[in-house]
Amino acid sequence: MDNEYYLELSENPVQFENASTVNNVFFDEANKQVFAVRSGGATGVVVKGPEDKSPIAFRMDDKGEVKCIKFSLGNKILAVQRTPKSVDFINFIPDYPHLEFSHECKTKNANVLGFCWTNWNEIVFVTDQGIEFYQVLPDKRTLKMLKSQSINVNWYIYCPETAVLLLSTTVQGNVLQPFAFKNGTMSKMSKFEIELPMVPKPAKLSLSERDIAVASIYGEVYVMYLKHHSRSTNSSGAEVVLYHLLREGPCKKIHVLKLNTTGKFALNVVDNLVVVHHQSSQTSIIFDIKLREPDCAMNVHQPVLPARSIHPCKIPLTGALCLFLYLIFLLLSVYLSGYLWYLQVKLQPTVNLLQDKGKLMDFLLRRRDCKMVILSVCSQMLEGGEKGNLPVVATVFDKLNQVYKEYLEAEQAYTVAMESGPSRFSNSYKRPVRTQAVIDQSDMYTHVLSAFTEKKVINKFIIAVLMEYIRSLNQFQITVQHYLYELVIKTLVQHNLFYMLHQFLQYHVLSDSKPLACLLLSLESTYPPAHQLSLDMLKRLSTANDEIVEVLLSKQQVLGALRFVRSVGGHDNVSARKFLDAARQTNDTMLFYTIFRFFEQRNLRLRGNPAFNQGEHCEEHVAYFKEVFGEQTLMKPPTK
Amino acid sequence: LLACSSAAGSEMASGMQEKQYTPSLLSFFIYNPKFGPREGEEEKKILFYHPSEVEKNEKIRNVGLCEAIVQFTRTFCPTKPAKSLHTQKNRQFFHEPEENFWMVMVVRNPMIEKPSKDGKPATIEYQEEEILDSVYGAVLRQCYSMYKLFNGTFSRAFEAGGVELLRQKLEKFFYRYLQTLHLQSCDLLDVFGGISFFPLDKMTYLKIQSFVNRVEESLSLVKYTAFLYNDQLIWSGLEQDDMRILYKYLTTSLFPRHTEPELAGRDSPLRPEVAGNLLHYGRFLTGPANLKDPEAKFRFPRIFVNTEDSYEELHLIVYKAMSAAVCFMINASVELTREFCEQLDALVGPQLTLLASDICEQYNINRRISGPEKEPQFKFIYFNHMNLAEKSTIHMRKTASVSLTSVHPDLMKILGDINCDFARVDEDEEIIVKAMTDYWVVGKKSDQRELYVILNQKNANLIEVNEEVKRLCATQFNNIFFLD
Repeated sequence: MDNEYYLELSENPVQFENASTVNNVFFDEANKQVFAVRSGGATGVVVKGPEDKSPIAFRMDDKGEVKCIKFSLGNKILAVQRTPKSVDFINFIPDYPHLEFSHECKTKNANVLGFCWTNWNEIVFVTDQGIEFYQVLPDKRTLKMLKSQSINVNWYIYCPETAVLLLSTTVQGNVLQPFAFKNGTMSKMSKFEIELPMVPKPAKLSLSERDIAVASIYGEVYVMYLKHHSRSTNSSGAEVVLYHLLREGPCKKIHVLKLNTTGKFALNVVDNLVVVHHQSSQTSIIFDIKLREPDCAMNVHQPVLPARSIHPCKIPLTGALCLFLYLIFLLLSVYLSGYLWYLQVKLQPTVNLLQDKGKLMDFLLRRRDCKMVILSVCSQMLEGGEKGNLPVVATVFDKLNQVYKEYLEAEQAYTVAMESGPSRFSNSYKRPVRTQAVIDQSDMYTHVLSAFTEKKVINKFIIAVLMEYIRSLNQFQITVQHYLYELVIKTLVQHNLFYMLHQFLQYHVLSDSKPLACLLLSLESTYPPAHQLSLDMLKRLSTANDEIVEVLLSKQQVLGALRFVRSVGGHDNVSARKFLDAARQTNDTMLFYTIFRFFEQRNLRLRGNPAFNQGEHCEEHVAYFKEVFGEQTLMKPPTK
Repeated sequence: LLACSSAAGSEMASGMQEKQYTPSLLSFFIYNPKFGPREGEEEKKILFYHPSEVEKNEKIRNVGLCEAIVQFTRTFCPTKPAKSLHTQKNRQFFHEPEENFWMVMVVRNPMIEKPSKDGKPATIEYQEEEILDSVYGAVLRQCYSMYKLFNGTFSRAFEAGGVELLRQKLEKFFYRYLQTLHLQSCDLLDVFGGISFFPLDKMTYLKIQSFVNRVEESLSLVKYTAFLYNDQLIWSGLEQDDMRILYKYLTTSLFPRHTEPELAGRDSPLRPEVAGNLLHYGRFLTGPANLKDPEAKFRFPRIFVNTEDSYEELHLIVYKAMSAAVCFMINASVELTREFCEQLDALVGPQLTLLASDICEQYNINRRISGPEKEPQFKFIYFNHMNLAEKSTIHMRKTASVSLTSVHPDLMKILGDINCDFARVDEDEEIIVKAMTDYWVVGKKSDQRELYVILNQKNANLIEVNEEVKRLCATQFNNIFFLD
């Protein structure tokens, strides 16, 4: 059971003084900071973030109860709301006046519902009558209005990640008006209506902010609506409806996540997965909107995995075991506990929960820390050796290589763009990010294949898997690295499957390369045909003529070597001594004579004299020639 | 001549012509001297004799003669016993495939019958030098290999059931096999006994690999697989020597017997019954002709492979879809059932149909890319001893009955002669022969490869012929190491 929890809380929660009558706790999602405000700030404010080693601590005057407190991006300016009309600011930029200044909302009779920072110096006030977008001028200690918009607001949600502000309007509250913020500009996006399960009569506020969330999933902005089960409609349970928010054009309802149960829920987005927590069963389920259900209508999603609880965790300091309370999520009473955790998805347990390996790979490839898990899935899959496994192996390899190929292509496009000079394109081209999902050949080799092939049993399966991997790489037109070929050869040789090897080489399945040719040469003593295969390969490489000569000479095929050199037009440059040495070793005097004569003729042709030059170091051979054939047999220099 | 034909008419003319007789099989016998060593028991030595009608004493005499020749020549070279005996009328070939088991094939020399002229009786002129030892020696060795493929070794049969069983097996096999020997059309290709490989791009080849591996995985009974397309080999799970003879059987015997029923007319009896919707073109070439037939028998030919070491007996299932044929070999101790065959049919049929059309498509694409100019205008035979790869543009087609060549038998003889010269030495060689009319024959040997080219160029000289062959090597064989 222990290895089935696929959700867990971060190891080091942010710890703070829990909320009490004297201590107010606030959480700012934008900076992921927890503010503990003691006695309105008079006895201190402590700010802790997830990565901050040393918390920020300061004091401020107690000017009434703090309703909301947030730093601007980069902790430059602190904004505090204490009254329904105004927001107070304190500079945290060194060398700027530290004195508080206040700003009242412009709209008359409006109440400030809250505010959100959209930049280090830009802030939006959300009032019940509209929004006001300001630039904060910390040096002048004033705010400059950038834009405003009148609209009746029930409540609002701000998504710092995407800088999208969502306002609930109309009496029922189900017409949502999104705004996007970017570098001092505010743009109004198309409003849209959430379909309520039933329309109340008389009309009253029916959509709660608790049922709406905005999140960025796979780089797109979605509004998530938790649609509760209604008895009147015949639905099987609650669902989460995802509206795709576009910069331009209307917002579209495009995904429906089936929760298949009823009750109280809470939503999270972790690693592009929608996590839905269910209170009464104390379990959570996850959805991946990119995972297509083959048997379901378009974009209706079932949970990827069976429901599981979040892994029970220990509170670090007290050491007490605490089953995670789902209540915490639902009531946002995290403030009471004194700990702020981050939810994480553990990938290893998903391996056993998702039987369909193809689907599992699709799922894993989209996760952030997936590499080692994917590799371990591959290893497991190969070692399982179940029947009918090969098609699965092929599917998995194809999925991995698809991602690998996309990365290689992006990388190549980038390189080409860079090489074409720092032109106008260079800005638009960003170096592609290599995510963990890019599993290249060296990863496969190191973590999966080399260990797998070392199994002692003679197994068709090993060869089949290697060939399947090579097939998949070829299918995606990825150049196969020679160490994979070497692995194939090593494995075949180990099992004495030389004829198989021969056939692979015959069909050029193992692509030509010098290292491979050399490896083949080394096999000659155990498998003589390797010699021919190697020479053919060297020939095809066309850059390995020197190697061919060496091979032939080592086989004492001196004449053959010389003829080869001549056929590729290199006979004017080769070392005479090398050939004469080889000819001497054969103990064939006629062969020696022929070779010697050839070089005399070359000398004559190149230098007008058949004699060898000093630098050629052929004295020993000249002497031998004289000894065997007599001095008069030496070629005479031409008479002038 | 002109006067003759006009005066005597056509009947007379044909009567006047010389009559050519091609080489033919005179007799074929197998004996083991150890089986009847004593005087009066000579008949026991004979295990098989063709023609069987020959009188007993003559059989004994002929066997005895062969025994004597072999024994006598052994004194000159104990390690290399006699291989053939040349006489005016015929030529005898000896082969000892297993210890003390001798196979002898007697071939009548080709001859020319000269018609009776001026009252003189017709004369017969034997052409003793026209047939080649290498070719017919290879034919004899092939006889043994083919026997062994389907029956195992002589000695195993003898151990299992004594001389009686061995005699039965030999009788049963050779009675039919000898009828399929067509000695008149044997040539250099029989010496090589090569395998024609189907040219294929890497990706399609890998797909075939993947197919073979998957089938072997899901049908774990399958021990070896071989894959052919267009009667050419693409993949062999068998070792080279076993594949060589199996290939010979498939391409010269099994495949020609099963002409494409897909190509046959709708009402042709060749067209198999197609039940319901046609999902694939797969069918069994060995075993049941129709799976749906309730009377169907699930018996497959058995073959023997790896006889040197593991000595395996296997069922041979040959399954074909369009031009792709796959051999599945399964341990013979397993009984093959209808269920298995149905499973195989359901698994392999659709995949193989798809693969076959893939290969066809890819092949056509490659051919289009390489263009027609790459199609060889040369007549050549290529053979690589290393992988037994063989390629011939001289032979139009090989069938069970005849192998048609596009060149004159005299030229084929020259090729055979050059081959014999090559066989004598280890070193690389090149031989250029000027044949009659305008033909040049060039033989090249480089390492383990042999290439024979026939050129027909008017007034070509040696240098031009040499250049022409170089050009051929550069276009046809540019991806292998071929010394020139």
